[in-house]
Amino acid sequence: MSEALLSVRNLSKSYGALKVTQDVSIDVAEGQIHAIIGPNGAGKTTLISQLSGQLRSNAGQVVYAGEDITRLDMAARVRRGLARSFQLTTLLPGFSALENVALAVQARAGSSFRFFRPAATETALNDEAMTHLASTGLADRASRMAGSLSHGEKRQLELAVALATRPRLLLLDEPLAGTGHDEAARLVDLFAALKSRVTMVLIEHDMDAVFALADKVSVLVYGQIVVTGTPADVRADPKVRAAYLGEEAA
Amino acid sequence: MTDLSHIHAAAAPRTRLAGRLKLALGVFAIMAVVPPVAQALDEPFVVVIATRMMIFAIAALSLDLILGYGALVSFGHAAYLGFGAYAVAILSRAGMDDLLIQILAAMAASAVFALVTGAISLRTRGVYFIMITLAFGQMAFFFFVSFSTLGGDDGVALAARSTIAGMPLLQDAQGMFYATLILLIAVFAGLYRLTLSRFGRVLTGTRESALRMEAIGFRPFPYQLTAYVIAGCLCSVAGVLLANQAIYVSPAYMSWHRAGELIVMLVLGGVGSLTGAMIGGLVTIALEEGLARYSEHWRLGFGMILILVALFSPGGLSGLLRRLGLVRDGK
Amino acid sequence: MFDLFLLQLLNGAQFGILLFLVAAGLTLVFGIMDFINLAHGVLYMIGGYVMAMVMGTTGNFWLSLVAVLPLTLAVGLVLEVLIFRRLYDRSHLDQVLATFGLVLVLSELSRIIWGSAPLSVAMPEALSGSVPLIGPLSYPVYRLAVIGMGLGIALLLWFVIARTRVGMLLRAGAANRAMVSALGTDINRLFMLVFAAGAMLAGFAGAIVSPILSVDPGMGDSILILTFVVIVIGGVGSVKGAFCAALLVGVVDTLGRMFGPILLQSLLDPAAAAQAGRTLAPMLVYVLMAAVLFWRPTGLFGRSVAR
Repeated sequence: MSEALLSVRNLSKSYGALKVTQDVSIDVAEGQIHAIIGPNGAGKTTLISQLSGQLRSNAGQVVYAGEDITRLDMAARVRRGLARSFQLTTLLPGFSALENVALAVQARAGSSFRFFRPAATETALNDEAMTHLASTGLADRASRMAGSLSHGEKRQLELAVALATRPRLLLLDEPLAGTGHDEAARLVDLFAALKSRVTMVLIEHDMDAVFALADKVSVLVYGQIVVTGTPADVRADPKVRAAYLGEEAA
Repeated sequence: MTDLSHIHAAAAPRTRLAGRLKLALGVFAIMAVVPPVAQALDEPFVVVIATRMMIFAIAALSLDLILGYGALVSFGHAAYLGFGAYAVAILSRAGMDDLLIQILAAMAASAVFALVTGAISLRTRGVYFIMITLAFGQMAFFFFVSFSTLGGDDGVALAARSTIAGMPLLQDAQGMFYATLILLIAVFAGLYRLTLSRFGRVLTGTRESALRMEAIGFRPFPYQLTAYVIAGCLCSVAGVLLANQAIYVSPAYMSWHRAGELIVMLVLGGVGSLTGAMIGGLVTIALEEGLARYSEHWRLGFGMILILVALFSPGGLSGLLRRLGLVRDGK
Repeated sequence: MFDLFLLQLLNGAQFGILLFLVAAGLTLVFGIMDFINLAHGVLYMIGGYVMAMVMGTTGNFWLSLVAVLPLTLAVGLVLEVLIFRRLYDRSHLDQVLATFGLVLVLSELSRIIWGSAPLSVAMPEALSGSVPLIGPLSYPVYRLAVIGMGLGIALLLWFVIARTRVGMLLRAGAANRAMVSALGTDINRLFMLVFAAGAMLAGFAGAIVSPILSVDPGMGDSILILTFVVIVIGGVGSVKGAFCAALLVGVVDTLGRMFGPILLQSLLDPAAAAQAGRTLAPMLVYVLMAAVLFWRPTGLFGRSVAR
């Protein structure tokens, strides 16, 4: 497991007496999709926020590509190729879809301390942004304001922005929530195609998608990892059936 | 196909901005003919008032960069008016009357002050940011109030207006007017380009969502601080002009009332649109001067107008015009 | 030297108490309603003018002081209903615009009604003397009375906030605004109450200070800015913080003006020290505030931003 791209050791987060993440340890191998599932309130989004650097952890260690990034902030992690998508979209509502993506391209393509040339005339930025929009199915929405897109389109744009940072590891927080059936199918195909280039940590409630995509699945219950294994192992695990799948069925 | 859609996408914001840009060009054109018209009507004082209007329009434009585009509500921006004004007073005493040198000195002093106070202020958010910028503004205010060699509380009169390349071009009201107009156009054009640039996009992005900016790899702080410094420097230009126009310098330029007034100009004109900020500055001073002609208690009427605008016309004048259907372009 | 220090310490405490009375209401308005009110200093000024006016007609200090309370309370209520209520869920900028306008309107109105010249209010006979302190020192009774009244009100406020249902709501509101409305309380009535009570406290402060300082149209401005400093140092929404910060600011400001030049004299020649002292002393509280915010960006008792 030493070649794991992301290695999380005993990560914890608590708010006062409330322990949201307890001693979480996972390894994500390069080129894999590692799904984290669990009932509502299990602390999945908190864990993603800790991994992305949005939240500081109280204890534990996050090692990414051989580097201890526990103390790095979100921007520094993004620049190292660790990007995330948000469950509740945080797009720039007054920017067009294209501008939202172009800004993410700009973040790693040259200095942003340029004060004179209009960014809209930089074809390199726009062209690359367009390819990301096209790959997420938003090519015909490029000039629409992000704030005026439909819920599903916002999810797609969220993903296009994350891809524009050229991540090596992508943390996906329920990317399919709120998308229509066709859009969801398209995104699942996209993730499958991306897998050769981008490693992914996926939080998702859509079990069909999880079991179709994931190489490994971890089950998170009350902030603790109950079990980690292949999709088949996890599906068969009695603890999981009791803690999670049982609840889903009920 | 990709190429076509990108042209389409890039064209959209341009048409969005064109309306505002036209409005601004119209304002410049009207201002340019003020002196001859005033002369024809035998109202020379109008030129003086119009000069003051433009000076504060420059100050309002500079504040709009941080307040409108960066969502940083600075309540200490009037300090930079003071730095500009006192740069003129101090340098002219030392025998340096050149406007350009004075502007550069004012900008340098402002940059240093903005860099230090901005770095501290930007650690805070929301009302704390408003209050800490106010506190730094007051610090600067009291510094000059207590400077007895420069007149202290009462301020100090200048011997003469600055020169440009050795020539007394600012001496008459018309020269003063056109120098101000040229600087107004320069500041507007510079800021217009800046807001569209890479830097401007990042700054605007931090206004809309700091979290999103961090999630794509931008730390807002260096961009916000840079904008804070640029805004301070540009405002000091207005201060240099203000000292020249009044031939007098006083700490009152940097009181918290002035800082509040600058915010008022922006909110009146419409925040986050350079044309709105400029018109807000022009209109506010015109309103003050106009009301002051009718009554010594003009503040009563002015204050009531502000309250009514705040209560009934969110978005200021541009919001009002938009609701009346006179201007179509959105924010 | 020590005697002087003690006297100035008392003066600082008295000034601090005054700042606290103005700040207490404002910090709650800031904290619970997230509302920027630039017009709070004007209420302090109105308290002073009402005091001077009632005193002018009745000649009775205590009657005037009692009359100030319902009158400033009423002013607060009227302003809340007419203006502030409509601005709670608007942006800070709209709030700045409206309350800045209100400052202009109310200051100008009082200039029209009472004129620009400073008015003075006579001290009550019973409190006009001095009491001996240690050694040869004596201290004006009235200033001690101001400290006493302020501490009494601080105690009363503490009781209300720590022990009553309204106080519980205030504390909850300062910590988490969404929670108060979730509790099903009539939030509008709570806001109105806080606002009016804050106005009354500020008016009371303006009234009790009127025999020491004169009443003039600018008195609201100078205290407003220092009140902001107090609130920010203490932490927005914290009455306890406002109390500590008010005393701190009062003492630092008073001692700084007195001892700054004296201390500087040991470093510089007298003329330079006098100039530097005059320059630095008024800046001292702002330096203090910047230092506190640098160290704790949400003030001494402010809730820290979750991270």
